[in-house]
Amino acid sequence: MTDLLLLSALGLMLSLFLGLLRVLLGPGAGDRMLAIQLIGTAGVGMLLLLNVLLNQPALLDVALILALLAAVAAAAFTGQQQTHHD
Amino acid sequence: MINVLSAILILVGVFFYLAGSIGLLRLPDLYSRLHALTKADNLGLGLLIAGMALHSQDLLIMLKLLLIWLAVLAASATSAHLIARQARRQETGP
Amino acid sequence: MNPTSLLVFDALLLLSIVGLAWASLATTDARRCVILFMAFGLVLAVAWGRLLAPDVALAEAAIGAGLSGALLLAAAHGQPRPLPPESTNAPRNHGAAGVGVVLRWAVTLLCTALAGTLAWALLQVFSSTPHDMLPGAISENLAASGVSNPVTAVLLNFRAYDTLLELAVLLSAVLGIFALGQANPGYQPAGPVFDGLVRWLVPVLILTAGYLLWVGAHAPGGAFQAGAMLAAAGVVLRLAGRSRIGLPDGFVLRIVMAAGVGVFLLVGLALLLLGRPFLGYPPAWAGALILLIETAAMLSIAATLVLAFLGGQPQSTGVKAAADRQCEGISRC
Repeated sequence: MTDLLLLSALGLMLSLFLGLLRVLLGPGAGDRMLAIQLIGTAGVGMLLLLNVLLNQPALLDVALILALLAAVAAAAFTGQQQTHHD
Repeated sequence: MINVLSAILILVGVFFYLAGSIGLLRLPDLYSRLHALTKADNLGLGLLIAGMALHSQDLLIMLKLLLIWLAVLAASATSAHLIARQARRQETGP
Repeated sequence: MNPTSLLVFDALLLLSIVGLAWASLATTDARRCVILFMAFGLVLAVAWGRLLAPDVALAEAAIGAGLSGALLLAAAHGQPRPLPPESTNAPRNHGAAGVGVVLRWAVTLLCTALAGTLAWALLQVFSSTPHDMLPGAISENLAASGVSNPVTAVLLNFRAYDTLLELAVLLSAVLGIFALGQANPGYQPAGPVFDGLVRWLVPVLILTAGYLLWVGAHAPGGAFQAGAMLAAAGVVLRLAGRSRIGLPDGFVLRIVMAAGVGVFLLVGLALLLLGRPFLGYPPAWAGALILLIETAAMLSIAATLVLAFLGGQPQSTGVKAAADRQCEGISRC
């Protein structure tokens, strides 16, 4: 089972690399942001696998935090600032 | 038996991840790439989490995994919406 | 576990970290740099997890991957776009170009020398016999420290003085932020999708902050991570265009800002008055005192991070509430 989990972690790492390619290539900032989304989700997946592989239960909490904060970056990227001080 | 099912779920989950990432690279347009991304997020992570939940066989861990999946679902859906809206706004002009 | 596969995993992780670091330094566009840096933080959080350092991974995920991305993006918003390379007025005559080349080579040599020195120092550490004293000393005294998580014991008990000074550094940072003047203008009110996310995300973030604060006594967690989650709740509310983001105003805000250092100092001085050394907790009360200090530190850290995102002194909500009542129902305000 651990071999399978390690293989899956390698698969997710490959997915992360493909996402990195899109971050580096992506013609627009929107392409880069959605690649960040993919990297974040791949990171969550990898942390879940490492949680079992390395027997570190706290990595589940790290994955939870990454998942909760995933939307903050996209919101900061697309937020429209008001044009005057309120 | 549980191990076999869990292994299958995890492998299919990783397959969806890779499919989504390849789609991210090969599709021509921002909007179509968003489609590919959400497949990786929802299906890939969901199946991975289902496999991990079966593997762990502990109720508290299963609940935490479920919470992680729901959070990623909501966050990725919202992010996709925000990114697409921003791109549309930039296309049609301020 | 197959050691080769683990090695491949580690090598790919390392490659992505170094590659991202290089790419984010080599890019000229501010926004692209920030986005690459966010990816760097995400991969770094996974790396900390791989290195069996979950406390640091928690902090990296909360601050490095989440908050600093939002902070830097908000800062990069106001930056002017870089001109395409052909249109710049960069000096192209030989004299200026020569100086540029010499400077670049000097910096490269200095950085290489620094990296070489660090590598040599690391080799010295790895080749000498490992010191077994520190982990042994920690595990011996863990029972008397009041917590069972060794990281929290070191941060809040054995080396409490260092943490006190760190909190003082955060306080001086927030005073510097106040010196910048007024806060950035707020954000447009969010559409229904983001607003719906915020409605349940903020309570969950607050709950997670409380959970991390509590669990820090016996598992990875603690005040810094909990404070970062609370700050994320405030930042998300700000991004959704809300006027009330959980920051108190006026006098209470200043109390909260100083609470971390203040409570720490009060506890230390009270213990001095009782005849014990400064910050020398009696073992029976250590757990409770640590929780008290961590709660105050969490509020301070959260306020500091939210103020950093605001970029200056916030307006008092009295003025804001009046302006909001005026703006209700008007689409652009």
